[in-house]
Amino acid sequence: MSQQTINFTLNGVPTRVSVPVQMSALEMIRNVAGLTGTKYGCGEGECGACTIILDGVSLNSCLLFAVECDGRQVTTIEGLAADPVGLRIEKAFVEAGAVQCGFCTPGMVMQARQLLEQNPHPSREEIQRGIEGNLCRCTGYVKIIDAIEAASKE
Amino acid sequence: MTALDNYVAPTSLEQAVVQLQELGEVTILAGGTDLMPQSHAGRVKFKRTLMNIRRIPELRGISREGDEIRIGALTTITEMMAHPLVREHLPLLAQAADHFASDQIRNAGTVGGNICNASPAGDTLVPLMVLGAHVELASKPDDTLFRRSMPLPEFFVGPGKTRLAPAELLTAVRIPIPPKGFVARFHKFGTRPALDISAISIGVAGVLKDGKLSQVRVAFGAVAPTPVCGCATEEALEGKKLDAATIAAAAKAAQDEVHPISDVRASAWYRKEMIHNMTRRILEDVSANH
Repeated sequence: MSQQTINFTLNGVPTRVSVPVQMSALEMIRNVAGLTGTKYGCGEGECGACTIILDGVSLNSCLLFAVECDGRQVTTIEGLAADPVGLRIEKAFVEAGAVQCGFCTPGMVMQARQLLEQNPHPSREEIQRGIEGNLCRCTGYVKIIDAIEAASKE
Repeated sequence: MTALDNYVAPTSLEQAVVQLQELGEVTILAGGTDLMPQSHAGRVKFKRTLMNIRRIPELRGISREGDEIRIGALTTITEMMAHPLVREHLPLLAQAADHFASDQIRNAGTVGGNICNASPAGDTLVPLMVLGAHVELASKPDDTLFRRSMPLPEFFVGPGKTRLAPAELLTAVRIPIPPKGFVARFHKFGTRPALDISAISIGVAGVLKDGKLSQVRVAFGAVAPTPVCGCATEEALEGKKLDAATIAAAAKAAQDEVHPISDVRASAWYRKEMIHNMTRRILEDVSANH
């Protein structure tokens, strides 16, 4: 099995890892870099639990080859701790009660972060469209949309 | 059996086509959004070398070249949707892109990848077909770079199968800028707007003048092993006044000319009904709004 060494920035920290070429970025982030905030839900891009931000755009890390991170900036849910907008979204999720089991939350928060980057004051419809790639099986989405709306208004 | 044991990430088209020629057994990686799940599920077997083409600048970008818009193979669905040239000249493509999967997948998936996957339900394929797109292919069998072009419908052979030669790379798709009076519609039918593989899709385009459609192109997705042209439907519309009788004849022709299968997404009967009803509805919409 072919291994490949890649260099990239993970949440602002220069990182060097060796990975099998067919490994997903999600497996690399969780099992090689050891950051387990990013979740494995479906493994095929349907649920969005594994959403990360790569060079400023949100992606399903389960569909991304780890080797493609070479030379790029990767932000995971852990990285939002150093981001004022990220912290604002997290606080709004807590205050709105937008978290039940919590498994979808890291992906929801990452996608909300991406949405507010592109559209700082989205309508509720635009929020719905923005998170259409993220599934939540507990909340019914209303409180998640409330939280993102609240974060956009602060 | 050969196993994946080599990884290359060429940084120019020249380097890529030379490596394709030399290495032989190569799996191409662009956005990865299909390759990753397909390979995990065992539907696609990796060849000996994985070639990541994302570092090739020549495969990026959207530009106007004469009377055509050229969309580089690595253009993501998001980039295509947002590009001013696409929005101005090819709004049908921007609309189809907006209904493509989810934001995360649009940000990663590429136009070239959507074409090379050759899924009968590929969301950009029907719109590209009715817009008269050609694919641009490149290889280097000897000392000179060889390029050829092919109308998109000819490119598809079967599910996941295309006319791409083993050492060839799809570099771009070229679309003629539509003439004055051009109208186009795309309709994708599934159970939810996001992240759904369509049960059927329909594209209709043509030039509307004095209530008559000409240069008609019709294409259907998810009703055959490849996206297909609706030749009989085109014939039922070409040069005719777009009235109730023509629309009924065209919808009937569409229903009769498709031969879908029954699968988890829809039965063959339902697909034929949907093709009939949606074709009629699209044509009524064209007739009412122009």
